[in-house]
Amino acid sequence: MTGEKITFLVVAVLTLVFALRVVTTGNLVHAALWLVATLSGIAVVFALLQANFLAVVQVVVYIGAIAILFIFAVMLTRKEMRDRGPQLNQNWWFGALLAVMTFGGLFALLQGWNGLSNTPAAIPSGFDAVSVLGNALVSPDAYVLPFEVASVLLVAALVGAVYVAFNQK
Amino acid sequence: MSFWKDPLKVAADWLMGIFTGWGMPEIAAQILIGLLGVVFLLSALMVLDIGLVWVERKVVSRFQSRIGPNRVGPFGLIQPFADIIKLLIKEDITPQGADKVVYNLAPILSMMSVLVLWAVVPLAPTIAGVDLNVGALYIIATGAIGTLSIIMAGWSSNNKYSLIGAFREVAVLLSFEIPMLTTMLIPTIFAGSMGVLAITQAQDIWFVFKAPLAALIFLIAAIAELGRAPFDMGEAESELVSGYNIEYSGMKFGMFYAGELLHAFTFGGFWAILFFGGYRFFGLEQVSPFLAVAVILFKALIGYWIIMWIKYTLLRIRIDHMLAFNWKFLTPVAFVLLMVTAFMNTFLRGTPTWLYISSMFLSNVLLGWISLEVARSYSRKEREKAEGPKQVIQAHH
Amino acid sequence: MVPLSWYLIFSAALFSIGLFGVLSRRNAVAILLGIELMLNSVNVNLAAFWRYGDVMDIAGQVFAIIVFAVAAAEVSVGLALVISVYRRRNTVIADDLNMLKW
Repeated sequence: MTGEKITFLVVAVLTLVFALRVVTTGNLVHAALWLVATLSGIAVVFALLQANFLAVVQVVVYIGAIAILFIFAVMLTRKEMRDRGPQLNQNWWFGALLAVMTFGGLFALLQGWNGLSNTPAAIPSGFDAVSVLGNALVSPDAYVLPFEVASVLLVAALVGAVYVAFNQK
Repeated sequence: MSFWKDPLKVAADWLMGIFTGWGMPEIAAQILIGLLGVVFLLSALMVLDIGLVWVERKVVSRFQSRIGPNRVGPFGLIQPFADIIKLLIKEDITPQGADKVVYNLAPILSMMSVLVLWAVVPLAPTIAGVDLNVGALYIIATGAIGTLSIIMAGWSSNNKYSLIGAFREVAVLLSFEIPMLTTMLIPTIFAGSMGVLAITQAQDIWFVFKAPLAALIFLIAAIAELGRAPFDMGEAESELVSGYNIEYSGMKFGMFYAGELLHAFTFGGFWAILFFGGYRFFGLEQVSPFLAVAVILFKALIGYWIIMWIKYTLLRIRIDHMLAFNWKFLTPVAFVLLMVTAFMNTFLRGTPTWLYISSMFLSNVLLGWISLEVARSYSRKEREKAEGPKQVIQAHH
Repeated sequence: MVPLSWYLIFSAALFSIGLFGVLSRRNAVAILLGIELMLNSVNVNLAAFWRYGDVMDIAGQVFAIIVFAVAAAEVSVGLALVISVYRRRNTVIADDLNMLKW
């Protein structure tokens, strides 16, 4: 049981507990805050995978923008300051069954693959994932086209969201 | 490797020797030494924070033509301790109907988001917390956690004015992250890396001479990010009865207040690191790491003084003017500046240094002048729409 | 060294929890929270495969960045729609938004 394994186990179990709290808590603002905790757990997992650009972008984009957007939306769509009533709909047992079956199916699918106990190759020293990523995102024979399309998508979503939610007085 | 040249490594080796001498496994000793380093840094920062309270009160009093604290100790130096004792013995009130966990967590998160920033500040060539290769982006990330703490504080206080203050403050914080991020990319272009140590080491000529407009925009966006005047919508005492801070009393308010001062000092430090050479001062840092620490603290204090100067001189801006200023002026200028800098950096790649620096400087000045002219003509049109064109004054006979 | 299977099981579990959230919650915003969990599990999967494969092939991280962008766009439009629906119908319970039912 190396230190890395212990760290990963602790972080993974905590993140899964936070995720369970997201989908079961009755108070929606608390659910959004548990989501923040889950997202930071996932940022730690990214850092463990040595994808440190992804970890920092996870905090900036998800926690700094999307989670705050959720909190705003929760506060703007309720009649009073506190939530009441059950938060699970009447078919929740079927949803739980489907979730367990999905997990079981994915787990069974993974058993047949022999690359499962791969240990990662050591990263060559002096390798800077950030500059390789930057080059790949703008190089014509790499991924510039999906990058540009994602930018157009973001502009369209920005304009669309402002238009849809605009309060015409 | 003497102590004066590389203090951290010498201290770590000495401690490692002691711990393994006691029979601890090496991994545990390493973790313990890391923890000790963190505790030491945090203690030094909190002591610095106490000093900053005194600095703030003396400086604001000099700006307002009065003397400031001078009763408690020589020059009022014991005043912060008196403040802390007062805050600690106050009654700790939690408003009725407030969400206890979130209410108590908000000031902790606010202080935490400032303290973790110091993990990437390079205090000397050999003293830095972590040399992250995405250090500059990490600054923005911890700002995002601070934003979250404000909205938690505003919502959990169960108070309308608190919520409105928090909403406004978070709108300002999210909006001004964009020019800050964009102008932070300009030292990245110059240095070729986002790591703060690499940016400091690439500043043979300080970046403020290559991109003064970027330094200015970063300063404005940073002041907005700190939530200080003239952008202090969240704590507008005269408008919102102190905004998201309303229901906080005692040491929790102290956490917010001290966190804000330390945050301002940290951003003075980052302004110095990104644009004014960090710990570099004409080769002084090669002499000793302690001189480098002194240099960067001095530069951070100057940055902090400029931030305080702006705070105590300018009036608060209205919230819609603030947001219009950001989205209609600052963000477009920042984007155009980024494009111009990137283009000129590629265009001028092989040229001698004096040509590079002077043309970058001139392009910045030109861009700033053009954007000011555009803003001026826009505001002239707005004013004429509101008031009618300017009349030539008729002389009365 | 953490074997790859642990990361994959972690992301599968996160995906299932998100799926449960989407299928079983009444509030429309809570459904969107479940979708966010699923997108995050996909990101973890992509990053794990990048690390455990050839680190020079940066496609895993590129894909994860594109997923970040798509998730941000989808959440903003989804929440704008939820807010707009709330203004008209004064409710965000998904069961009550049934005007198109037969």
